[in-house]
Amino acid sequence: MQSETKSRVDQVTSPAGHPVTVLRFEGDIASTSKDAVLGTYQALPKDTAKLVLLDFTKVDYINSSGIALVIQMLIEAANSGQKVYAFGLSAHFTKVFTMVGITKYAGLFPGQTEALAAL
Amino acid sequence: MSVLKTATVEVRLPSRMGFEKVAMSTAASVAKLMGFREDRVEDLKTAVAEACINAIEHGNRLNEKLSVGVVLSAGADSLEVKVIDDGKGMSKQPARPDIDRKMHGEEDPRGMGMFLIQALVDEAEWVAGSNGKSSYVRLMIRLDKDAE
Repeated sequence: MQSETKSRVDQVTSPAGHPVTVLRFEGDIASTSKDAVLGTYQALPKDTAKLVLLDFTKVDYINSSGIALVIQMLIEAANSGQKVYAFGLSAHFTKVFTMVGITKYAGLFPGQTEALAAL
Repeated sequence: MSVLKTATVEVRLPSRMGFEKVAMSTAASVAKLMGFREDRVEDLKTAVAEACINAIEHGNRLNEKLSVGVVLSAGADSLEVKVIDDGKGMSKQPARPDIDRKMHGEEDPRGMGMFLIQALVDEAEWVAGSNGKSSYVRLMIRLDKDAE
């Protein structure tokens, strides 16, 4: 019943010249998304992927298990000295991420352009 | 425009993760017919989904022989949702999630469902079934026309 989570990785450069790794998600982010979310993140080279941007533009449904996966990613990122940012969340999920405190550890931006401009 | 005065809609879900989306979509359809604002519909969808996930996972323990009942009762100015499972209900409310404790490994990253439910609807109560079964969570969301 849950739509499969797809993910892909893009490498971009911020206007300030910093290399940024973008994780783009598509579908639902739920308990079944562990490989797509954490697995994709864990496959990134920790020594070079220092700025990580999460793209939620094509994500329609995130439940508490999916939020927990994002928090697990943030924990691992903090332990690896990486900085994580996100964009593309709907107004509702921006509110939910703010309510649970994720914004304290991952900056949220409306779109990729705004996010990259801030990095 | 509201086309409903009072109405009851019932859905029965298998205890399988993912089927919470059926209840979520149904609740959203009823709320839209009642004239809820889009942001309140989104709040309701998340609250109903989380209540169903709890019922599937903790109440019915993913036992597919058991089903989760969802009863939506549309009133003149509010929508009540009962999500019923065959569990014993909760003995106590979990602590409010703390992102700092989660980030420092002092708290499970999971465990935010009930917090989200309480934060997103106007009323939420958990009722343990008197026979050790048929426990339910009752959610209520008001149609706040003044805020439109």
